[in-house]
Amino acid sequence: MEDLYREAIIRRYQTPSNRREIDGANAEGFSQNPLCGDEIRIRARVTDDLIEDAGFAARGCSISQASADMMADAIRGKTLAEVAELADSFRQLMTEEVETVPPALEELAVLRSVKKFPVRIKCALLPWDTLRAALDARS
Amino acid sequence: MSMTDLRTRKADFPILQREVNGKPLVYLDSAATSQKPRVVLDALDDYYQRYNANVHRGIYRLAEEATAGYEGARKKIADFIGASEPAEVIFVRNTTEAINLVAYSWGRANIKAGDEIVLTEMEHHSNLIPWIMLAEQTGAVLRHIPFSLETGELDMDAARKLITDRTKLVSFVHMSNVLGTINPAVELADLAHAHGALVLIDGAQSVPHLGVQVADLHCDFLAFSGHKMLGPTGIGVLWAPRKILEEMPPFMGGGEMIAQVFLDRATYNEIPWKFEAGTPNIADAIGWGVAVDYLAGIGMADIRAHEIELTEYAIERLSEETDVTLFGPRDARKKGGVVAFNLGDVHSHDVAAVLDNEGVCIRVGHHCCQPMMRKLDIAGTARASFYLYNDNEDIDRLVTALASVRRIFG
Repeated sequence: MEDLYREAIIRRYQTPSNRREIDGANAEGFSQNPLCGDEIRIRARVTDDLIEDAGFAARGCSISQASADMMADAIRGKTLAEVAELADSFRQLMTEEVETVPPALEELAVLRSVKKFPVRIKCALLPWDTLRAALDARS
Repeated sequence: MSMTDLRTRKADFPILQREVNGKPLVYLDSAATSQKPRVVLDALDDYYQRYNANVHRGIYRLAEEATAGYEGARKKIADFIGASEPAEVIFVRNTTEAINLVAYSWGRANIKAGDEIVLTEMEHHSNLIPWIMLAEQTGAVLRHIPFSLETGELDMDAARKLITDRTKLVSFVHMSNVLGTINPAVELADLAHAHGALVLIDGAQSVPHLGVQVADLHCDFLAFSGHKMLGPTGIGVLWAPRKILEEMPPFMGGGEMIAQVFLDRATYNEIPWKFEAGTPNIADAIGWGVAVDYLAGIGMADIRAHEIELTEYAIERLSEETDVTLFGPRDARKKGGVVAFNLGDVHSHDVAAVLDNEGVCIRVGHHCCQPMMRKLDIAGTARASFYLYNDNEDIDRLVTALASVRRIFG
């Protein structure tokens, strides 16, 4: 069981640092996982091409919330192009065998433990899909 | 039912002998689907090995045997629910299809703009969506009887106000798949009839557990599934009285459901075949018939009594845990063998994942009842549900496994 619930995941879930409102947020995405009814809202403040800050509000399981919390840290200070690339890399990380992990995803790589539990992969990806929707809606 | 009897019953179900993650399987998800006794599995095998043929057409021994098996199953199920004749038992895929059959056939012939359909707030999506779709197409209005957050029971005062002369149909779940609540079917049906409305009962949870007799329910339609009552998946029933079925137009068109066919017109077969277009699910109907024999052999009253004991024990054990929140009626006599709960603020999917590691299978999430979850203001619940093959030890294993959840999320 410790395979799925690594300490790093539980810590992020129980004491998130990005479960908060974002001042001057100008990008917002909302998603629902129809399978479990989980809901997540991602908000970000984007200036020019840069994600200055991001946070989330959610009703969800430990996997989706830990993923959201780590994601907010990983994308802060990155350009939109970099974030799009990270989103692709994270999806690859979660669905394929990947040799090298991009430095920005080092912490998120812990979520690979979820791969043994296929129904939960969607939980890990939900925040990233929501982020993409938020940024797409903006442009 | 004595414990000795129970142990024998458990042995009848091959799947209950398996291990998960090195631990003996504890199956507490019969409200989603039940396990199958060996006699049902053998009946499926026997059909395919010895007398697989299409029904109602072939002029040879195998086809006669297949037809006798299929129609024999219909009679067994008719007897099981106390239908006045087998022709009132229409085979469909499942409860959902039975409700859709009514919505498409009866609904499109009888519902027009402004007519009202009364449902409840505790419906499974299968008894919400067909009516939402019908209302979208016809302009009918949907009304919902609320339930009490405290008791998990329907507000009958509200029901008396919501059911009026504008009401054309009252459709409700007999036993909630989440709260376990057993709704006052007769009271609701009589109320509906007093206003000239018809009554559909979703019996997916009640028929497998309560010993339902259609005459006792005062309803006009009863929908239920085989797989929740020891039968195979892919087979269910819509029951309705002959008069109503004969007045209804066919649902799906094709072979079997016809009398005479011309290039541009057709006349239709008698009930029940009028509603059974195409080759039916022969094997699974036969398997379900055997399941019904098995249930009748034990006796539905004994099964119900056993499940009340299990539910009482589960409520008692879970109530001792201070971080467990229970949903639905606390009186096991007022509910079916279903106990929904949450553990602290741990998400139900996290609870289920840890329990699975301990070999305990429960259902979690919204249970296809999103409007109910919204009303309860929760994302979902964990749910343990019982059947004749469960015992107190299964519930002990569940409670013990909750400690593992606390270890990780505490």
